[in-house]
Amino acid sequence: MSARPKASQVGPKPPFWRDPAKRSLIFQALLVAAVIASLLYIIGNTQDNLAARGITTGFGFLNNTAGFGIVQSLVDYSSQSTYGRTFLVGLLNTLLVGGLGVLAATIIGFIVGIARLSPNWLIARLANAYIEIFRNIPLLLQIFFWYFAVLRAMPGARDSLAFGEVIFLNVRGLYLPEPLFESGFGLIPLAFIVAIAASIALLVWNKRRHEATGKRIPAGWISLALILGVPLLVLVATGVPVTWDVPELRGFNFRGGITVIPEFLALWLALSIYTASYIAEIVRSGIQAISHGQTEAAQALSLPQGLVLRLVIIPQAMRVIIPPLTSQYLNLVKNSSLATAIGYPDLVSVFAGTTLNQTGQAIEVIAMTMAVYLTISLSVSLFMNWYNARMALVER
Amino acid sequence: MIHNHKMIEARPAPSNTIGPLAWLRANLFSGPINSLFSLLGLYLLYLLLVPTIQWGLINADWVGTSRDDCSREGACWVFINARFTQFIYGLYPRSELWRVDLTFATFAGLIGWLMIPRLPFKRWVALVTLVGFPVFAYFLLYGGHFGLPVVQTHRWGGLMLTLVLAVVGMVGALPIGILLALGRRSQMPIVKSFCVVFIEFWRGVPLITVLFMASVMLPLFMPTGVSVDRLIRAFIGITLFQSAYMAEVVRGGLQAIPRGQEEAAAALGMGYWKRMGLIVLPQALKMMIPGIVNTFISLFKDTTLVMIIGLFDLLGIVQAALSDSRWLGFALEGYIFAAFMFWIFCFSMSRYSQYLERKLHTGHKR
Repeated sequence: MSARPKASQVGPKPPFWRDPAKRSLIFQALLVAAVIASLLYIIGNTQDNLAARGITTGFGFLNNTAGFGIVQSLVDYSSQSTYGRTFLVGLLNTLLVGGLGVLAATIIGFIVGIARLSPNWLIARLANAYIEIFRNIPLLLQIFFWYFAVLRAMPGARDSLAFGEVIFLNVRGLYLPEPLFESGFGLIPLAFIVAIAASIALLVWNKRRHEATGKRIPAGWISLALILGVPLLVLVATGVPVTWDVPELRGFNFRGGITVIPEFLALWLALSIYTASYIAEIVRSGIQAISHGQTEAAQALSLPQGLVLRLVIIPQAMRVIIPPLTSQYLNLVKNSSLATAIGYPDLVSVFAGTTLNQTGQAIEVIAMTMAVYLTISLSVSLFMNWYNARMALVER
Repeated sequence: MIHNHKMIEARPAPSNTIGPLAWLRANLFSGPINSLFSLLGLYLLYLLLVPTIQWGLINADWVGTSRDDCSREGACWVFINARFTQFIYGLYPRSELWRVDLTFATFAGLIGWLMIPRLPFKRWVALVTLVGFPVFAYFLLYGGHFGLPVVQTHRWGGLMLTLVLAVVGMVGALPIGILLALGRRSQMPIVKSFCVVFIEFWRGVPLITVLFMASVMLPLFMPTGVSVDRLIRAFIGITLFQSAYMAEVVRGGLQAIPRGQEEAAAALGMGYWKRMGLIVLPQALKMMIPGIVNTFISLFKDTTLVMIIGLFDLLGIVQAALSDSRWLGFALEGYIFAAFMFWIFCFSMSRYSQYLERKLHTGHKR
């Protein structure tokens, strides 16, 4: 009471809407009220509409029989399976095309991005042309191009394009030989794991020795040789316990081997090529973002050109490259939902498409689909925040 | 001894340092590996360009009215010719096409004015583009007033619909995005968390699920008996989705303005909206233009997704034309035409944004 200045000392008390603290309380209360009111309005309308259409709510439909087949599934699935199983199949198909797309897009993107900076005029121009062409054409159009104009225009099974008589491409898809593992093959993954462990130990030892004595051995090449060589040696020593199931033309179609459906191929090609053009730009700008002084300082230490890149430029460029690269990976996974336009059985296609149409459970289905994508995005965002905090430059 | 000093005529530079040969040596054949790459690149170009030019230009058929005018040896551009009006205007009544032309000519004029740095009154023109033009475009395209007959939205299509979707999405998303970005930087915890949740939600889901949601769930949210036009549903979905991306662009621009600017404005006694509207946003918006153009490019490409909910944008109408029984088998021509149209728009916009970035980037660069 006594700490408060008297009103006569500071003039008349300002009205409450001039007080920032009270004003912000009122403002926030209004926002909460508006959000709650519109939610109640929407929920009320939805309940009326659902009652009028005779749709029951809840997730009970997930246990009902789906009654439709899916052309590609990584787990056992038949038309007798439940809608819950459909969800799982769709999710796995999304993750499959997303994972393989990320892999291919990274490889193409890094090659094109580095080629874009090549001192060779022609190579730099070709890389630039690649980036400008594929980045400026809508992804859906590219998917359609690969699916309808290329893969659907392939010859029939009898006139398949053959690559070395083991890989065949026709209008029904790509046929690859399938490895069949015999007993004794288990040793090879084991050898692979042992080689990886040995390489990690070698790299750590080399780094410690380098920091302590300044001497180093080409540990990177030795570990590459270990990782490739040891499993190969074991493979030969155990007498190659692998046979290949090569696809064969029987009647009107190929039997045996692995069949890659054209929908998957088209989606995978389009996603990889499209995203690679963005990744190439990220790689280029990441490398160019490193100040030229860094290169000059490294050269002043008389480091050879290869080491300048490996020890000075690339570690710093990766710090710039990785955040936008991750958001491109996220975009690729989200863009894989365009599968529904050509009928690749991804999450959106079999769940938000077919299941929604059959059951009419729009709210539950859309919410589950969105929840999947949100979970993926948010977990990647959390990882990125952690990574950025770890990699942030510690400035003096 | 007297020497008669006579200046030697200036000799041309050695032929191996100037001219096309030297250029070739420096840029294409500077070493064995480089030469190998150059030859591989040339071979790749040969493999790609020669069949493309033969198919698309030399052996192509350009004039005619039906598929019989095509020889099937090269591209059949007759298909594009015959369908051109439809690809551009959709099913818009043929007698009313001038309305579409006038709308987009006005739009091009306004945008052209904004893009040329020398022209004055930028702020007023921007205001007219963002507020006046959408109203003008609505009356002109939809009609129903001033003696213009109504053209239902299901007749809109082709490139015109693509442009309408992109422009409406942009004009709607910009103010919402600015508000969201300001909210995200707000001191008020509830406002801030509301904006963060809103932005992260829309950025976390694919546009196609947003469009599905808009087309399937929006009718459920409305009072019974109220039906929303399919185009309006697409507008709502696209605007919500785009505003989240726009908010992040605006936030990036706001972060680039030093805190001192806002503090100086506060020291002059300005309130929040004056500080933002007169000091911070005008500086920030200038820095945001390249980002805004880039989000517009991705929005422009993303409008193709509306064909999945049954609207006929440029890609949708090309796709529909491909299944016409009189014109079967011209998928390649159709897609190349659509790709070319999209490419022209996106490429020129991205060039413009790169030009702006160079203009804004005044730091020392090597």
